[in-house]
Formats: sequence, structure tokens, C-alpha cells
Amino acid sequence: MLSLKEKDRPIIRKLLDAGCCGRCVLRFCCVGKYSSYQLSIEDINKQLLAFLSEADDQPSCEASDPTQTEDPPSKKLKLETLQAGDDGGTETLTANAEPKVQSEICVACLGVLQDFCDQSYTTQLQVCDAVRKGEYQFDSLMLAVSLPAQLSVREHSCWLHVKKEAEKSMCLDKEDLVQVKDAFKWATQGMVGKDLGASVLTNSGFEVSVGFTHAETDGDCHFRATTCSDCFKPTKNKASVFTRMAVVKALEKISDQKFLNYPCPPVHPATRCTPLDTTLQHASVFIARYNKFSRELPQTPWVIDGERRMEGSVEELIAGPLLSSFRADFNFSSSGREDVDVRTLGNGRPFAMELLNPHRARFNKAEIRQLQETINTSSDKIRVRDLQIVTEAMGRMKEGEEEKTKTYSALIWTKKPLTHTDLDFIKNIKLKVDQKTPLRVLHRRPLAVRQRVIHSMSASFLDTHHFKLQLHTQAGYIKEFVHGDFGRTKPNLCALMDSEVDILELDVE
Amino acid sequence: CVFAMEEADKTAPSVTDRYYTRWYKTDMKGKPCEDHCILQHSNRICLITLAETHPILQNGRKIKNINYKISDGCSRLNNKVSGKSKRGGQFLTEFAPLCRITCTDNMEYTVFSCIRGRLLEVNEDILKHPDLLLEKPSTDGYIAVILPKLEESKSITNGLLTREQYEEVVSKRTSQQQEPC
Ligand SMILES: [Zn+2]
Repeated sequence: MLSLKEKDRPIIRKLLDAGCCGRCVLRFCCVGKYSSYQLSIEDINKQLLAFLSEADDQPSCEASDPTQTEDPPSKKLKLETLQAGDDGGTETLTANAEPKVQSEICVACLGVLQDFCDQSYTTQLQVCDAVRKGEYQFDSLMLAVSLPAQLSVREHSCWLHVKKEAEKSMCLDKEDLVQVKDAFKWATQGMVGKDLGASVLTNSGFEVSVGFTHAETDGDCHFRATTCSDCFKPTKNKASVFTRMAVVKALEKISDQKFLNYPCPPVHPATRCTPLDTTLQHASVFIARYNKFSRELPQTPWVIDGERRMEGSVEELIAGPLLSSFRADFNFSSSGREDVDVRTLGNGRPFAMELLNPHRARFNKAEIRQLQETINTSSDKIRVRDLQIVTEAMGRMKEGEEEKTKTYSALIWTKKPLTHTDLDFIKNIKLKVDQKTPLRVLHRRPLAVRQRVIHSMSASFLDTHHFKLQLHTQAGYIKEFVHGDFGRTKPNLCALMDSEVDILELDVE
Repeated sequence: CVFAMEEADKTAPSVTDRYYTRWYKTDMKGKPCEDHCILQHSNRICLITLAETHPILQNGRKIKNINYKISDGCSRLNNKVSGKSKRGGQFLTEFAPLCRITCTDNMEYTVFSCIRGRLLEVNEDILKHPDLLLEKPSTDGYIAVILPKLEESKSITNGLLTREQYEEVVSKRTSQQQEPC
């Protein structure tokens, strides 16, 4: 069953006429059911024809099982086209010709979804073989698909071809279409996973990349090189200016009218895509928590205008020992960050260190404990705990602990001389704070007012101008709560104490 | 843990001085003593404020009215920005007026942008509490927040005075015994 809707009929007819393959037709009908793409291309084509041949008054919205139709499709199709002709409207244009599934190479996907979604390519020939030869350790994998840039141009052309019909159906916009690479993944991931005995996930440390090129139609991308030269600027690292991103950008800018210099629907290719070698990338992710004991240590290398502002960083202190054991590149990410002069105490801040392409990814507990020990003995400025290895952590890390509450401890200076009783009001106080995006991050974050809750506060008197403030609060901008950020965080300690106040030190616990 | 108190005496720089550079525009549009102060954060964001020598801040004057509506068609209060790129914010040039302030003696003053950039926000608190502007002109009494273009973040201060140059101008002013502002 293909989950097609009544309104899809004119789109299906037009696309088949134009020379699209069955899977591309499903994409343009926004079919989101994976199993529809997993049928063989022959079955999909058969079911599409059967669906078109159904009488309009039939209540079923699903494509019928072709085995139940006794009449050959062509006979019913004639009936259907006649009726469509009577109705008039947009369908008459195409209804004169009998729709048939093209046996040629698909004009939209250049064969990617026709010839490369079956067993012979995925499991035997290319993909799984390459994985097996790589001798990697893995329990899961993700598929990455790189496609020739001209597919975007052809996609746009096909979209304009059925735009009028599509806008009446479920698909309101080009963005709603199922992308070629997704259709490819849906069609193949079951086979690949089964063959390799691993689960295929959308996010895994082990990335299997397949790719295709199509030299015959590379010229498709040149459609706007002269009129949109700013989209196609040469860059150092790229062999061609017609990158996928550049093409997509140019397509966004062009009006439908101007685009029609390009044939719509696209012309038939003579050859199908050529598959590239399957490449493998293995990332192992270590997750852990770190403490930072120094007030002169940034979290990541602090470089402004190409100049280093401070020696060392948390990232480098953690990565150093790991890298000498693995000889791999890495990505560091963490759940939030502290300022250079803020220490991180208590349980520490969660972080992830992703090693790129180490062939080794399985470690026993003793080995991991040893790695942690090596990191911790190499510096007294930081300490790492709970080190463990995972294969798919990066995504989760970022959502992470942002909303959880933390305990902060701050050293506060007040301009007005203090007495013990001046701090009494701070005890047992719960506050709702309205915070405009702090000025110090406003250049890179949207302007908004966010409400933060301070669950509890306490203060201990140190001398007439200093006290220690403890806050239990949602992760947020504590410095701004203290000095007020030009009155943009309300209430703030400055206003509550009716004195100029400043935060001299801050620790997170 | 041990805190280093010595660092924290009263001579320590204020929050503003630690993170912002002060720039000045004196005698704005040729009007004597109408000095503006621009606080530029190291991330290029600028706050427009009245310099301490501005006539509004002299001789215990009081504010009658602050108006962000600078012409029939344009009010700075309608400024809205969205997203990281701050789409939709009004783009200001050096001499774009931000607001008009009328004192109780009916003298009216216009505060200008002083720099090119996108208007991010104006300070609505001073509408309800005009005294903020008088009591804390360089912090809670700011006028507006402006984001210069990245490529202009250095050049926008070309026509402005540094703190030293500003102090020089002010001391010359008093030595020349000009009319008090
Ligand atoms: Zn196709």
C-alpha cells in the first residue's frame, strides 16, 4: 500500500509522463511511510498505475493491490483518461497521452532511487562490502548520502512542472517534498542494517557515506552562473563553484519565470548516476563531567583576531592525553559554558569529546578508568569524572542540562557599607527574574525576555563591603542578576540592595 | 576557599568600565554642550547615553517628557528585531534622532544615534521613570542599544572622541569661561 490520496492523481500522472521513477513520484506526493519506499521499484510502478486506473468514484484512497485487478492496467487507464477529459480542467493537458511508467532513467533522481536501492548495490556490491572491509567496531551506523548538485535544479524543474497541482494536494511547498536522500535512506536502511547486524540510526558515531555523480548533466548547474554570479564564488577548498549549497541558494533567489529558461520538466538523461566509493567515518564519543579549579582558564582556546589571549583551555587539557593514545582529531562540546574567571566545582559540567575516525571504539572499564587517570594526573587545573564511551551522544548533550537548576556561589562587592542586617532580606527569598538577553551575548543571540526562577538564596557577611551570595537557580546569567545589565535584568541585586554592586568571583557547583 | 579581597577595593573599575569603552560626541550638531557618550562593548554592541556634561544633567533640572516618536511616521518604540541576525530593526545613521527630551523649563533636546547601526532596543524604563536618566545616565538611564555592522565595528568610532580627548574639550570649555550649559 502506498498511502496515496485522491488529490495526488494529477501529480502522479504528470510526473510519470515527464519520466520520473516511482519513488520520485512518491516523494512528490509527500508519502512519508518508509515501507512504501522499501517495495521494489517494479512493485511501486505497478501500484502507481493501478492507483491511476481506479475509478474516481471508488471510495478507497489507498492504491489497490495490483494482484486483485484482473484487467490489464492499460484498459482501465483509457477509461480513466476519458473521464478526466470530460471533467476538463488542468488534467486534460496530460490526459490525452496514456500514462506509463518510464523504463528510462528517471529525470528527477538520475537513477539514484531506481537502480541503487536494491540488494545488488546496497548489500552485496558497494555499501556493506566496504563497511566489512573497513574492520570497524560498531553497534550502530548512520547513512550519509551525497548527491550531484544538479539534482536540486532538476528537483526545482519538476516542482514547477507540478506546482499548480501540488498546491491543491497535501504538499503545500517545495520544502514539504520528501528529499531524494531521505527516500534513499528509507528504501535501503532496512537491508543494510540487517546485512551488517547493526541498527541504522539518524545519529550514530559511525557514518557510512555513499555518493553519486553524474557528469553528463553537470552543466545543469550553470543555469544561473551569469545572472547570479555572487552565488557562485570560487573558494579555496572547493574544486567547483557549483556546490550543492551554492545551487540551492541560487534556486531560492530565482523567480519561476526566469527559471523557465531551463527545460521543465527536465530532459531525459542518457546515462544513470555513477556511484562513488563508500567512505567510512568513525567517531567515538567520550562523555564525562569536568571540574575547573582555575580562574585563568577558558573552556576552549581563547583566540581573538588570530591572537591567543590566554594559555591553555579545559578542552586542550582534556584532549591532550586522549589524543596521544588515539592519534585522531576531535570535537569538543559541553552543556553550557562558564566564563574564563568562573570555577566549576561540585559535580562538574557535562561535556562530550568526539574523536574523529579512530578505528578503535570498544574499551573495557579498566582501560577507560586508566584514561581518566591520565587526564587527571596531567593537570591540577581541571579534573574529570564519570568518563564513559558512547556512540551517539552529541545530540543529546546539547539539549542536556540547560533547564536544570544549579547552585552558584558568588563573591559580591557593595559600594554602600554593609551591616549584617542588610543581608537579612536575602534569606528564604524566591524570585522570578525577567531577563532581557544579556548585552554581552546579544550580538549572537535573539533579543527576548526570559523568565528565570531563583529557587533560593542565602548570604554570608564577610566585611563592610563584601559578602558571599549563594544562589540555587535555573542555569542563566548570574552576573547580570547581580549588576543588573543596565537595568535589563529585573529585579537585580543592585536594585534590591539599593547600592552599586559588583560580582568579583563566581563558582558553579 | 580564600578570596582575594585586595583586588576588590573601591578603586576597582565598575562593571561598565571593565567591559565597555567610552566614546564621546561633543556639541552634537553644533549645539553647545549637548555631549553624547557611546559605550561600546567588546562584542561591538553600543549603548547611547547622555554624557555627564549634557545640559539635561546640569543644575538640578527635571524632565517633563521623553518622546521616542521622532516624526509623524516614525516611532522608535515600534522597533522590533527578530532572530540572531536582528531582522527588522531600524537602520540608523550618525544623525538619526533617537528621542526628544523636554525639561520642565520647556527646553527641548534631541538625542542622536551618533553611530551607524541597527537599532536593537530603546530604554522604555525612562518613560515611566524619567529620574533614572538623571540619576543613572550611564547605566539604567541609557537611551538605546545599537548594533553596528560587523565590517563597520571599528570605523564607526572614527569621528568620536576618546575619554581623554573628551576631558580635554571639557576642561578647555571651563577655562574659556563659556556660558554655563
Ligand atoms: Zn527518481
